[in-house]
Amino acid sequence: MIGDLVFVLLALLTIVPAFWVVFSPNIVHAGFSLMFTLFGVAGLYAYLGADFIAVTQVMVYVGGILVLVLFTVMMTRVPKSDKPRRGLDRYVPAAVFAALVFAVLYKTITAVQWNGSEMVAEATIAEIGTNLMTNYLFPFEYVSLVLLAAMIGAAILIRESKTRDPHEDSDQTGGSS
Amino acid sequence: MNVGLPHFLTVSALLFCLGLFAVMSRRNTVGILMGIELMLNAANINFVAFSRFVEHGINGQMMAAFVIVLAAAEAAVALAIVLAMYRNFGTVHADAVNQLKR
Repeated sequence: MIGDLVFVLLALLTIVPAFWVVFSPNIVHAGFSLMFTLFGVAGLYAYLGADFIAVTQVMVYVGGILVLVLFTVMMTRVPKSDKPRRGLDRYVPAAVFAALVFAVLYKTITAVQWNGSEMVAEATIAEIGTNLMTNYLFPFEYVSLVLLAAMIGAAILIRESKTRDPHEDSDQTGGSS
Repeated sequence: MNVGLPHFLTVSALLFCLGLFAVMSRRNTVGILMGIELMLNAANINFVAFSRFVEHGINGQMMAAFVIVLAAAEAAVALAIVLAMYRNFGTVHADAVNQLKR
């Protein structure tokens, strides 16, 4: 009973801020509500008995990716009245498509008879470590190469280029913004 | 109510569709990226839920860990691209960037 209540609270903590992430016109608010969604997902992992994944979720997503996202939001100023929102023509196709996808997914979820029984929760860290060094050795090394490539690629992409910044240029000539 | 696999799959489907909606409707590139993160999280919930209720093993959690690592790499490169785009075009709106070279 109390477990059901915890699940409902975690699901609400995941879904409700996700709506704000999607619909908020202010991108900074969207980023901060993404934090609550990520915490909710970490709670769902913990509820499922995946302790290592839950801790990794908090450390990598909230501590790493979200900080990157917020830094990027704050380093890129969006002009307020650049172009007004184009009414509904942007939302209607997206809403229809997303609703269709959800309908198909929900139909599948309810149609299939899942004959799963719950596994007893136990500490998973030792087993994950053993698996990383045996069954998953090649993906483990491969993913480290991917991380190295991503690091080098991001550093090269972000390097100061020789060309001038057009935005900064218009700022200095155009007065206050 | 007994919390089982369909409940987790429903939460995950809802999260995925919200991410899909964000990807399709947001103009701000960082907002699109947030939608992608929502979709990756939805897939991860599915991995862990199936690992607990169907597979009774650790493989789903391993997959979830790899997805998290790849999401981190993706976010780093994508945000670097956004910053480079802002430097070259002065905007982060996806529909304003329509030139290969300027």
